[in-house]
Amino acid sequence: MTEMLPVLAVFLPMLGGVLVFLLGCGPRNAWSVLTVMLSLTPSLLLVQQVAAVGTVEHHLGGWAPPLGIRLMADGLSALMILLTAVVGGLVSMHALGHFAERANAARNFWVLWPLLWGSLNALFLSADLFNAYVTLELVTLAAIPLVLLAGSAQAVNAALRYLILALFGSMLYLAGVALVYGLIGTLDMQLAAERLSGAGWVLDLAAALMVTGLLVKAAIVPFHLWLPDAHGGAPAPVSALLSALVVKAAVYLLLRLWSGPLFEPLSQPAAAWLLAGLGVAAILYGSVQALRQRRLKLVVAYSTVAQLGYMLLLFPMAGLLAWQGVIYHGVAHGVAKAALFLAAGNILYQLGHDRIVDMRGSGSVLAISFGCFALAGVSIMGLPPSGGFLAKWLLLQGSLQAGAWWLALVILAGGLLAAGYVFRVLRAAFQVPDPDAEEKLPEVRHIGAMMRWPMLLLALTAIGLGFAGEPLLTLLGDVPGRLG
Amino acid sequence: MIYQALPLWTLMTSLVAALVVFAAGESRHRLRITVNLAAAVFKLVLVGVMLLGVLRGDLFLVSFTILPGLDLVFHADALTLLFTTLSAVLWLVTTVYAVSYLEQRPNRARFFGFFSLCVAATMGIATAGNLFTFFVFYELLTLATWPLVVHNGWPKAMAVGRLYLRYTLGGGAVLLLGIVALNALGVPGDFLAGGSLDGLEKTHPGLVYGIFLLLLLGLGVKAAVVPLHVWLPNAMVAPAPVSALLHAVAVVKAGAFGIVRVVYDVYGLEVMAELHLGSLLAVVASITIIYGSLKAIAQTDIKRRLAYSTVSQVSYIALGVGLGSPYATIGGLVHLVHQGLMKITLFFCAGNFAETHGVHKISELNGIGRRMPWTTAMFTLGAFGMMGAPPMAGFISKWYLGMGALQAEAYWVIPVLLASTALNAIYFLPLLYRAWFGRPAAEHEPAGMAEARPGLLVPTLCTGLAALGAGVLAGMPLSPLSWVTFIVGQEYGG
Repeated sequence: MTEMLPVLAVFLPMLGGVLVFLLGCGPRNAWSVLTVMLSLTPSLLLVQQVAAVGTVEHHLGGWAPPLGIRLMADGLSALMILLTAVVGGLVSMHALGHFAERANAARNFWVLWPLLWGSLNALFLSADLFNAYVTLELVTLAAIPLVLLAGSAQAVNAALRYLILALFGSMLYLAGVALVYGLIGTLDMQLAAERLSGAGWVLDLAAALMVTGLLVKAAIVPFHLWLPDAHGGAPAPVSALLSALVVKAAVYLLLRLWSGPLFEPLSQPAAAWLLAGLGVAAILYGSVQALRQRRLKLVVAYSTVAQLGYMLLLFPMAGLLAWQGVIYHGVAHGVAKAALFLAAGNILYQLGHDRIVDMRGSGSVLAISFGCFALAGVSIMGLPPSGGFLAKWLLLQGSLQAGAWWLALVILAGGLLAAGYVFRVLRAAFQVPDPDAEEKLPEVRHIGAMMRWPMLLLALTAIGLGFAGEPLLTLLGDVPGRLG
Repeated sequence: MIYQALPLWTLMTSLVAALVVFAAGESRHRLRITVNLAAAVFKLVLVGVMLLGVLRGDLFLVSFTILPGLDLVFHADALTLLFTTLSAVLWLVTTVYAVSYLEQRPNRARFFGFFSLCVAATMGIATAGNLFTFFVFYELLTLATWPLVVHNGWPKAMAVGRLYLRYTLGGGAVLLLGIVALNALGVPGDFLAGGSLDGLEKTHPGLVYGIFLLLLLGLGVKAAVVPLHVWLPNAMVAPAPVSALLHAVAVVKAGAFGIVRVVYDVYGLEVMAELHLGSLLAVVASITIIYGSLKAIAQTDIKRRLAYSTVSQVSYIALGVGLGSPYATIGGLVHLVHQGLMKITLFFCAGNFAETHGVHKISELNGIGRRMPWTTAMFTLGAFGMMGAPPMAGFISKWYLGMGALQAEAYWVIPVLLASTALNAIYFLPLLYRAWFGRPAAEHEPAGMAEARPGLLVPTLCTGLAALGAGVLAGMPLSPLSWVTFIVGQEYGG
């Protein structure tokens, strides 16, 4: 049974999606809940397995590479699968409440989201380039229609832009994969390591194409254009999943490939610094944009653009601390961002709008939603006690040890800018309403437990990650050779 | 194990109180007040037990591994107890005051929740066993005080809140850089008597010097060292109990306490002297003392004058620490407690004036002594203490600082102390004169005595008399002075 876990983690969620497609959500969402269970169980068991025995491998159908497909779960995969399970599980619960009044959207959500879940797991388990490509496509193709569930004209535009840019990214990546295959005749990452001898310019080109493709999918500045509207316009649970997990998947693949043998030519300092430069640009540009947005969900979306930038700072630093810092940042950001989007979604639902200027004085009525926003915000700002703080600590230490002190300054500046946009929202909540204003606050809609608890639990997890560094980093394990 | 982890329990007491208050919601006033007072009393008991334990030489230490090679450490040494005792006592008093002050005002659950969280952060700062732990609670304090500063939600308060965050979060970032830099050089920053640099000053003297500047810059923001003090007078927009708590206990003391920890327990006096960091600190502190007093004279608002007085007085602590001689250390450390007692009294009084008669400006104080004799008497005690008049607590601090300056052969400090006393007299005496002897303007004709309500007056009396007692009874065992002498005995190895 245990050797089948990687397979089950991929196919059980998809099976659930098919189930809902055929039977609908079921009475009282029975099939939706069953789907969540089907998805959670193998994921968590697999994580436990990796924690207990180390890397788990599975050859699909018993065929070893290069003929067959290899699934592999190491510490990094396990951590990402765990993140997906925790965020996915709680956002699923929120979705049950969120889509309660929209049966049609609910059904589409419960078909697409399990498909996305299975695809994400598959991506994290992929051990060869082509498989990674297929799963990355699956992730994108499941994610885009989820944006459409908002049902507005803007959502259609946003989804279309997402689709076009994502396809562009895929094309670049696939071209790179084709070049590698033509060059060495295998796509398995381990086998490739053995066959590579003397990298020529073709391999350089292939690597550059693949990196660029992934940057587009990860919405790294200047390829971020599709993200704010898609993430800001989607329904709250979808925004949470996209920002917390989907863009993270592309970054994951980038880190995975970078630490493998194929990208050796790119590990030259110039390439590493170029990527870090993009990261710096993302941090500064995304934060400044977040400060300027008028709508709450767009603030949170631009914050994602900024936060993804931190993950690219790894390349010139390398070393164990930076590696741990970047991965921990990814995990902490995933949890905190999901909490932020659920809180923003709840505020939008309760007030009927998400214009920040018009939120004046709503803090006392929407105390729980704003409270969760604040808790998750602590992690985004990288202030203690939170997961974001531990990540910042590791990254700072990594940058100082690598002698890249100016990256440390960027990291600190990014934290202060984040404080700017988080507190801008909280300021609106604390300010008393203008007594001369003609309009009083509108009636506030009530949110049920299903929409309140996931937000609260995610926000508390974001804080709790500030105390969980030791076990999670033990699970992650050592830095892969080329990044050490 | 449970006994050894007492530092953690004192922290948890306030933290749990905060969570209960948040969860109970706005309408359950009685539950909230009960929880607040019960937690404050319980914490006082815990601190008392810990105090006796430290005196006996018991070891209090508990730690959790947060990251590989990085621990969250809580401990209690004599210095810890100096700060925790002060906080625990003043928390109880301020809670009583705040309950009465905020009667009938909105958002009380939020206020008391963050209020307790502030105290939890202060406890964390006091019991932190290394720089990492200290920083965690130092930043938590920023986060927990912001909602209190902007509590009333007026546009002015929101603008001040923004200023407050710019200074404190900016300072926090600089402090973090300094702490991480030490860690990257292999010094975990444990708080050990005598310092924990482990010879780093020999191998990297330049870096050690630079890192000290970073740490001082970061801590100096909260300690309101000139020119990083700007946030403090502006923060006066907050409700009176917040001003009292922020100025007497939490924020400024967190900064000052951090400086004490860095100087004695991370760098150590030898390194401080070797790199001439002590004299640097003393000079910066002296400038702040004089500048704060000069600015105080120019203020017309009572709370703002008190705030500038705080700027000036808190730097006595840094001055004593910077001089580094045993007597100066006693003077500086004992001022941590003495200034707390005196300044909280003054702010309570200012709150009483404002709350009872709407008096905010110094010019409106005329004749208030006849209407509010008790409050004015306590204000007088506090003011004389600030000037350093015997037998008030402030005199003890100044006496030891002066002796310490002579001991350290830093004779230039004596004129600074004298000037500070003179300036304090200049900005406090006219105020007292108005209050007791001034003739009220016609439209404010006094109609007999009208004291503050008991909930406001009793805490004021307690702290005012404590400030007097700390001076008169300074020779008694367990007085702030005796305790500080005990600490200094340990730091200087008997």
